Amino acid sequence: MVDVLERPATRNEPPPEAHGPTGLLKWLTTTDHKVIGLSYTVTAVIMMVIGGAFAEIIRAQLATPNGTLVSLAQFNELFTMHGSVMIYLFAGPFAFGALANIIVPIQIGAPDMAFPRLNALSYWLYLTGSITMLSGFFTAGGAANFGWVGYAPLSNSLNTPGAGADLWIGGLLLTGFSAIFTGVNLVATIFYLRAPGMTMFRMPIFTWNMLVTAILILLAFPVLTAGLIMLYADRHFGTHIFSVAGGGVPVLWQHIFWFWGHPEVYILALPFFGMVTEIIAVFSRKPVFGYKGMVFATISIAALSLGVWAHHMFTTGVVLLPFFSAMSLLIAVPTGIKIFNWIGTMWRGEVWFSTAMMMSLGFLVTFLIGGLTGVYLASPPLDFFTHDTYFVVAHFHSVVMALVMAAMAGLYYWGPKITGYLLNEKIGRVQFWFLFVGTQVFTLPLYLVGLRGMPRRMAVYPHDPQWQFLNDLSSVGAVLIGISTLLFVANLVYSWKKYPAGANPWDGQTLEWFTTSPPPHHNFYRLPPIRSERPTWDYNHPEHRALPHGRRNGDGA
Amino acid sequence: MKVEARFLLGLGLFFGVVGLIYWLWSGEDAGGVMLGAAMLLGFLPGGYYLYWSRRMTPRPEDDPEATPATGAGVVGAFPSTSIWPFTLGMGAFVTVLALVFGIWLLVPGLSLVVWALLGAVAESRRGGHV
Repeated sequence: MVDVLERPATRNEPPPEAHGPTGLLKWLTTTDHKVIGLSYTVTAVIMMVIGGAFAEIIRAQLATPNGTLVSLAQFNELFTMHGSVMIYLFAGPFAFGALANIIVPIQIGAPDMAFPRLNALSYWLYLTGSITMLSGFFTAGGAANFGWVGYAPLSNSLNTPGAGADLWIGGLLLTGFSAIFTGVNLVATIFYLRAPGMTMFRMPIFTWNMLVTAILILLAFPVLTAGLIMLYADRHFGTHIFSVAGGGVPVLWQHIFWFWGHPEVYILALPFFGMVTEIIAVFSRKPVFGYKGMVFATISIAALSLGVWAHHMFTTGVVLLPFFSAMSLLIAVPTGIKIFNWIGTMWRGEVWFSTAMMMSLGFLVTFLIGGLTGVYLASPPLDFFTHDTYFVVAHFHSVVMALVMAAMAGLYYWGPKITGYLLNEKIGRVQFWFLFVGTQVFTLPLYLVGLRGMPRRMAVYPHDPQWQFLNDLSSVGAVLIGISTLLFVANLVYSWKKYPAGANPWDGQTLEWFTTSPPPHHNFYRLPPIRSERPTWDYNHPEHRALPHGRRNGDGA
Repeated sequence: MKVEARFLLGLGLFFGVVGLIYWLWSGEDAGGVMLGAAMLLGFLPGGYYLYWSRRMTPRPEDDPEATPATGAGVVGAFPSTSIWPFTLGMGAFVTVLALVFGIWLLVPGLSLVVWALLGAVAESRRGGHV
């Protein structure tokens, strides 16, 4: 069935309602971006719970020096699959598959994504890729166990035989294509389906960030896919691309992997930067401070992120240290601009400490810790000292736990738009404190144990009172984070269809808050005039139209 | 369309300059090639957009004064339901499993892929284009 759509303002009647199958068949055949986005959301949250469960087992194992909860081989599988599930199957797909899929078309006044069937295909590739990767646990040799980075020659068929590694490669191929298709879809949607008056520099910051993320996906993911095909060929077809024995170069895998891997960090981060930008502006009752500065900072971060891949390879001794160090340090500048602008947005605003806002502030603090320790690691002398220790693990987990807080902020903020119902704010605030305190208790001791020399990826460690104390503290933090996840699930159950949201519960600024919650089939009955980057606010508050630098009408400053 | 063109061309230019500096300075080929390819990904679509942005009237979404009525008319044709993405996804799934569990799985896998592609094309023809 194909709907030929006209622009909302010219219609005399509502757009065609959803028709066709219902129930399971609807889920299998839908091409509606909101239903696909919801499928992504549910799948990604399940992946987060699975990856989180792996993390809890890892922390339980490390609570004592000679933990016996899991075997050494199982520990290798657990940390490999924890990283793989969280990076490949949760954080990325949640950002560009779930929230962007639902929100971007509505924010720009589009009826759907540009290629609805390709969008559905992306979801099925993501789901089947996830199943493929996780099914390694059910094979005789167990799941992949060479770390989430799959370094050669550890990942070749001699050192890692068995189906688990091949399923890891196959799963990544499927989810990689899923990401590439979503990237194409997002770029086409943003370039071709914006509403009249929605110029590029009136797009919400979240949409801008998703455009830049989509470009990064298109630059980075094909490289990983090519690398995986080469790795599979080395494992099964007798090629020697990554093996010294046949004249290959093992470090080439690291170049290829990290040429994808570092932009991937920003593919994960930029969508969440966009989310908190929207949330901080709405809950401060102000426009985004320094809108164009934010856009150019995002573009700068993305551009620089493609030139820093080998800062993960400083200790190989075969990379150009000054180039990669300088490029990596430069990223701190646009990131600093963003943090300055977030604070500028809150400055003199009427700040409303909702759960979404508190999660965003938690993101800001935690990301600052992760970002600053990243600046240390961009310096080769410091990196040589801390490489492959828990300091790196702590830095990375400060960053990604900040993104988890931003993801939670996004769920509390946009969840009502998607479902039509609000979540309980009291439970949300309790969840926030468990998550925020748990994150710091989890990560900060890991910095210290890393500086004291504890290597990463080890299942047992020598009896050292300092190491054990810091590991115990970190494990307590992991338990607190686990409780926060359970509180979120409890909130979902407790608030189920209890608090109707209405179209605009937060007095939002962008187009998604103009339509109903949940939006109708093809999103809009009508559109407001678009004269700034916050058309819904302009429509609802004609007396407070957006002025530069967050000033309002009548402000003397 | 001009902003989209400048955005992509700017990225391509940046990757080109950085790639050249990197390749001349390091002499390492893999990174040079990948940055060169990144430059092309900016230049090819960016050049296309620049070419057309000079030959077309501004679209309603590029006009800051446009109202919803300015853009009156058909937006496009959007399929509301289709079984073919699911079929194609399952075909890709089975094809990838053939990498692990045996080449015989390529037969059902690729059959599903071909069936889904034909089905999707036929569905598009039935639905018509705008």
